Amino acid sequence: MRITFPHMGNSYIAISSLLKELGLDVVVPPPCSKRTLELGIRYSPEFVCLPFKINLGNYLEAMDQGAEAILMAGGWGPCRFGYYAQVERDILQDLGREFNMVIIEAPDSKLPSLLNQVRQMGIKTSWFQVWSAIRLAWEKLKAVDRLEALQHYWLPRVADKSRCESMVDAGLKSVDGCGELREMAALVDKVDRDLSGLGRDVDNNNPIRIGLAGEIYTLLEPFANYYLERQLGRMGVEVVRDVNLTQWVNDHLFGGVLPSAPSLHTTLPLATPYLQYWVGGHGRETVASTVGYARQKLDGVIQVAPLTCMPEIVAQSVLEKVQEEEGIPVMTMYFDEHAGEVGIITRLEAFLDMIRWRKMKTGDTDAKNLSGSRRRLCQH
Amino acid sequence: MRVGIPRGLFFYHLYPQWKTFFNYLDWEVATSPPTNKKMVEAGVMMAVSEACFPVKVLYGHILELAGREVDYIFMPRLVSIERRSYICPKFMGIPDMLRAQIQGLPPLIDLCIDVSRNEGDLYRELDRWSKKMGLKSGRVRKAWNDSTRATCELEAICRQGHTLGEGIGVWEGKPAAKRGTGDLTIGVLGHCYALNDRLISLGLFERLREMGAAAVTSEMLDPQLIEEAAARLPKRVFWTVGRTMVGTALLLDQNPGVDGMIYLTCFGCGPDSMMAKIIEHRVNKPFMLLTVDEHSGEAGVVTRLEAFCDMLRRKRRLELAHNLSPYGEFLYSH
Repeated sequence: MRITFPHMGNSYIAISSLLKELGLDVVVPPPCSKRTLELGIRYSPEFVCLPFKINLGNYLEAMDQGAEAILMAGGWGPCRFGYYAQVERDILQDLGREFNMVIIEAPDSKLPSLLNQVRQMGIKTSWFQVWSAIRLAWEKLKAVDRLEALQHYWLPRVADKSRCESMVDAGLKSVDGCGELREMAALVDKVDRDLSGLGRDVDNNNPIRIGLAGEIYTLLEPFANYYLERQLGRMGVEVVRDVNLTQWVNDHLFGGVLPSAPSLHTTLPLATPYLQYWVGGHGRETVASTVGYARQKLDGVIQVAPLTCMPEIVAQSVLEKVQEEEGIPVMTMYFDEHAGEVGIITRLEAFLDMIRWRKMKTGDTDAKNLSGSRRRLCQH
Repeated sequence: MRVGIPRGLFFYHLYPQWKTFFNYLDWEVATSPPTNKKMVEAGVMMAVSEACFPVKVLYGHILELAGREVDYIFMPRLVSIERRSYICPKFMGIPDMLRAQIQGLPPLIDLCIDVSRNEGDLYRELDRWSKKMGLKSGRVRKAWNDSTRATCELEAICRQGHTLGEGIGVWEGKPAAKRGTGDLTIGVLGHCYALNDRLISLGLFERLREMGAAAVTSEMLDPQLIEEAAARLPKRVFWTVGRTMVGTALLLDQNPGVDGMIYLTCFGCGPDSMMAKIIEHRVNKPFMLLTVDEHSGEAGVVTRLEAFCDMLRRKRRLELAHNLSPYGEFLYSH
């Protein structure tokens, strides 16, 4: 049985490694492209959020390459994601596709139950093999996160941005192909060395720092956010993002207790003065991250989410107050299949101009001075 | 004490209970008037543009109440009104959204109603609130228990063939509206706050009545049967309203007396975007998805309703004559 799974940024590197090591025949869907999205839109409900549409496109493209089974996660709400797999199965059945859908429902989001479900998929592997597969996938996740962080740091600082990007891409590729646990860190170290050897952008020694917050899929899948991170890096901005793959796995599968991985559990209480309850999805994390970024004295925050994302709409409403009280400019960007790259660049440029102007004019980050311009920005 | 209750969102389900609750505590209850254009405009200006229409309308109601002589505004944080189910993430954040965006708001009573795990959470929340307000917790608990009776009364009224909007009128002692009669019977699905607000639904029920179609809503059916029908799905739907809608649709689909179904949804509604597809995939009766928002024009909706009713009548006529499908498969793909 050839199995596939939906894309989310570079997570495929770890997921495909995990499944292969468990002895499954894996079809990695082709990278998300215009065609993926077009296929997805054609068969998705009109007003469903963007990740659903890209997921569906991934499945269809992977099925064309011979995938017979789909691995997908579930959930128990209130975010729509929990019901994704059910609706996707209905649609694919309507299309007359024959496939097997394996839905990992983690009722209490704990690792043992997850492992049991994985074993129930009919994999005849020993617990030792499962353990080493997980170790390898975990190392790959960490490597991917480090490579992304390197890109955030170096892209605004080097002169040759394209070379920087291709070095990171090459690094990701070598991590994807690497099967040795011990070599992983060395691969990333090499990319780090190569990047620091690149010629610097002399005009941008002290780049603007912008925090990214929002819904995790749109944050991590460059195709869903129109390559926002690289776009910003090329504009000379250092991106800071505290949502990443190891953090997600740590917080959602291990309850945030892994010492070797980042966690948002300590950041979450920062949201409480503004949002007193969890709201599903990443709503509360978005508010907490934004407050955290403000306290770290970042220059601005961009909230990223798919259009009609319910938790993020709650967060967006609350962020108006956060930017006033914490004194940090926030811009909200919603993405759907109708967004155009040029419009996005224009909005980023305007936001950056405002931040530069603010830094130059005031020399400090006093909240009260610029409320007029901030107000307008959040309402685009 | 005078508490204002906005006529929005779950008002249509829970107003009788809330009113009984506050009356038991000897508080006076004021409601905002039925939605009007001015309130819609004020709400649309205040809320973020991505919020759904009913949330914007609620902002309008809150602004209306804020301008009146009320000591408090009752805006509970409705997380979950039954076990293992939620309503919508926006319901969980609404008190915070209002506080962040509206200045000079009277204090909100934001009771957190969350029975997703057990009833105990709710009573602890009531105790917390009574302590904050300086009320005896026993009295508040008793008031709450007493008030749940009102919801049962409302449900009993609606079971006789009233929509929730009409039901609340009857519950308050107003004469019952004339029952719709006609040659067609149409199942009407959707969130209660969209269907029963004339400005959101653009008078859907009245329009159908004028066109000679009687509307059947989920409140008029046996909740037990709805639940059983919804249980046929491979995975339990974790949205309270979403599950009711799927159950209602599956139940009506088996009812030979029902000619077709209309699902009224508001643009941007998360649960509806999924549930409509789930229903469409499973029902055989004519099904129309009607999406509205603050830009919808009444004429456009009327045209679609007329076309739908015409089609149902033609279908019936043709089916009497022969067995050809008069509409093909395109109706299902809205």
